[in-house]
Amino acid sequence: MAFYVVQFLTGLASAASLFLVASGLSIIFGVTRIVNFAHGAFYMLGAYVAFTLTERFSGALGFWGGIVVAALVVAVVGVIVEMVLLRRIYHSPELFQLLATFGLTLMVEDLVVLIWGPDDLLGRRAPGFKGAVDFFGQNIPSYDLFLIVMGPVVLGVLWLLFQRTRWGILVRAATQDRDMVAALGVNQKWLFTSVFAVGVFLAALGGALQIPRDAVHHAMDLRIIVEVFVVVVIGGLGSIIGAFVAAVLVSELNAFGILIFPKISIILVFLVMAAVLIVRPWGLFGKPEAPARRTPGLTVNPWRPLTANERIAALAALALAAALPLVGGNYALTVGSEIAIYVIFAASLHFLMSVGGLASFGHAAYFGLGAYGIAFLAKMAGLPMIVSLLLGPLLGCLGAAVFGFFCVQLSGVYFAMLTLAFAQIVWSIAFQWVAVTGGDNGILGVWPEKWAAGPASFYWLSLAISALCVVILRLIVFSPFGYALRATRDSPLRSEAIGINAKRMQWTAFVIAGTVAGIGGALFAYLKGSVFPDSLGISLSVDALVMVLLGGVETVSGAVIGAIVFKTLNVWLVSQTDWSKLVLGGFVVLIVIAFPKGIVGTLEVLIARWRPNSPKPPLATSRVEVAE
Amino acid sequence: MSGPRTLLSVEGLTKSYGGVHAVRGVSFELRAGEILALIGPNGAGKSTCFDMLNGQNIPDSGRVTLLGQDTIGRKPREIWRLGVGRTFQITATFPTMTVRENVQVALVSYGQALFNFWSSAPQFAREEAGRLLDLVGMDGYAERPCGELAYGDLKRLELAVALANRPKLLLMDEPTAGMAPRERVELMRLTAKIAREQAIGVLFTEHDMDVVFEHADRILVLNRGSLIAEGTPEQVRANREVRAVYLGEGLVYDARHREGAH
Repeated sequence: MAFYVVQFLTGLASAASLFLVASGLSIIFGVTRIVNFAHGAFYMLGAYVAFTLTERFSGALGFWGGIVVAALVVAVVGVIVEMVLLRRIYHSPELFQLLATFGLTLMVEDLVVLIWGPDDLLGRRAPGFKGAVDFFGQNIPSYDLFLIVMGPVVLGVLWLLFQRTRWGILVRAATQDRDMVAALGVNQKWLFTSVFAVGVFLAALGGALQIPRDAVHHAMDLRIIVEVFVVVVIGGLGSIIGAFVAAVLVSELNAFGILIFPKISIILVFLVMAAVLIVRPWGLFGKPEAPARRTPGLTVNPWRPLTANERIAALAALALAAALPLVGGNYALTVGSEIAIYVIFAASLHFLMSVGGLASFGHAAYFGLGAYGIAFLAKMAGLPMIVSLLLGPLLGCLGAAVFGFFCVQLSGVYFAMLTLAFAQIVWSIAFQWVAVTGGDNGILGVWPEKWAAGPASFYWLSLAISALCVVILRLIVFSPFGYALRATRDSPLRSEAIGINAKRMQWTAFVIAGTVAGIGGALFAYLKGSVFPDSLGISLSVDALVMVLLGGVETVSGAVIGAIVFKTLNVWLVSQTDWSKLVLGGFVVLIVIAFPKGIVGTLEVLIARWRPNSPKPPLATSRVEVAE
Repeated sequence: MSGPRTLLSVEGLTKSYGGVHAVRGVSFELRAGEILALIGPNGAGKSTCFDMLNGQNIPDSGRVTLLGQDTIGRKPREIWRLGVGRTFQITATFPTMTVRENVQVALVSYGQALFNFWSSAPQFAREEAGRLLDLVGMDGYAERPCGELAYGDLKRLELAVALANRPKLLLMDEPTAGMAPRERVELMRLTAKIAREQAIGVLFTEHDMDVVFEHADRILVLNRGSLIAEGTPEQVRANREVRAVYLGEGLVYDARHREGAH
């Protein structure tokens, strides 16, 4: 019995940090309507800065002062980020806001390694809370008891701040109607900045308070952000009470989940989240949101199928690509195969994101499931490769069918958060369930059969399948289904009023995208001869988003061009620098701010300008403001 | 009752929010080919009524029978399948698609081709889409991106989309809101012409009394959630209570309409 009580208290202690970070995220979202993907990065920065300060200054004052000062320092960093970056994108489509803050996360991950090194750092124990309390023969660290008290105290302080201060009243008013608050003469800029500072302070404090409990390391941002997303999805974005209750719930589920499913404890949290989403899609304490802003916002040209000439040009490009084995060596062919596979992956995400208006931040899950599908089949059943290639992606299809069903219940930022959370759950399962997936060691020895084993033949196989996937997706874009899917993206209200069941269309699109991604993953497993949890990882999901964005979100063929350019750059970059995440993150931020139409989108604008008798769309993003 | 059949019959429709009775016991009927206006001051319950007819809102009590089918609890898309076209106060169209594609999407849905992944959508029901655009005078705009249209043209496009499922009933929420006076008259003439030719029943809410008195066959007047008058334009105009709560007692107004009537 005592054991369960201790387990319960450990859960409560973990809830404290989770609540701090989640409440910060909620407060920022409430006012600015930005889901700050970089919130985990601020949490991590808080931990690192607090580590440095508490190491340098001794004594109780040095420790507690260091914790608070660390949170303040990171809050100042947050203010700079808000003023330099976020102010430029408050009126951009949600997708761009999510991507920009995600790019920031990538940059911070490399920066902390650059400053503090790649090793785990063990912080000091908290002065006054070094021992443990004996509870019927079980030990409870006294610091855990401190954290358990800390959670409700912060909740109380926040409540007072929002109910009793002038600033709090303004924030609550802005949460309900920020335009009206601006019209009443409140300086919106500074209100937003101060709210962002408070949110970041809470996140950094959450990170700083963790150092006596956990090692500080450079992957803690993604771990916390996924848990925080789960918390706000369950508790309801924008609700501080919801964040508190859900943080306790999730932490307890984790604490006891380890006892019930020691290998895949995360399953329990997933089941609870799924149940909440079915009953209350907007969370336990959240309010139903108004329909999300239209995802596209940069109106380029209306989409049309390729003309006869363009078809010939595309075929010529394909023929040129097929001639690579005549000039390229083995390395070039391997890179070529990888690019072809990434084209499949990017095209599948593009279908979901640009055609369906559903920006998935966890699309790698279905890519990776396809890869694991192949690995299972190759290891266990010993089927012919062609049969495996047909069956393997079905795992991606299955995953997309199950997760997609829940994801399409939501839209906009909730959708993005949920897809990310699901992808991370799949990753955790692949990572934890060593008996089946090999965990971190992956599954090795997934080689293609002889006929496809040579670099040239595998390249041709990848290229052919890639071309086939792109053609099929294009056909669907210009099929009646594709039209109706775009209709649900453009106007949920109107599509419902002409008899379209939007969720069914979107679910179908999700399954199609997941299956095609699975095909890419299947080829990837054969290319590498192995499968690791990385092929389900967040960074791969982000790669896909960047490819689509780089090519042009609002174009039909952007994903293909984006994948080719991105992957080529990426291969080159990784060979040139150790700080690829820093460069990649900076690149993402730059595209969002300076180049939101992508390569193909910009080309279309230039061509439209150059042609004499066509309407002249503006090169800049003036439609975004109009749409707002 | 002789004459055209009853399309829509509403009995005792009631809805409250907390202590506020938004709609109280509203009953009326609408026959094929009839143009019925629902008017009243702001907050009278027009929009609530409307939303309950098209499935966006569920009444506390009452019955709505459309072509012999009970529609309470059905979703908007199911009510559309029964043969109801609708337009919105603020137009709802697909801004990144062309004018023709907007109509084609509605035809795809009407033709039960939503899960057709293989045919060419640009060729789908192209003639029918052209015919509908021709009907509302938008045939010259077929290839234009819908996001570029002027507001009046968007309203006409919405009418074409609303006609795509060959509706028996059109529900139009403030069809002329936000339009210039001349466009208002043109749009309502067009609507009335189509309704008469195809024997479509039309129910619309409207604040422009010129539009209402010129085009409505019958008028329902709502005030504070209850129907206070029902009848032909002449009957409604003469009604004391309607004047008191809504139309007002302007002499000029009276004179102008007496002139117009004769």
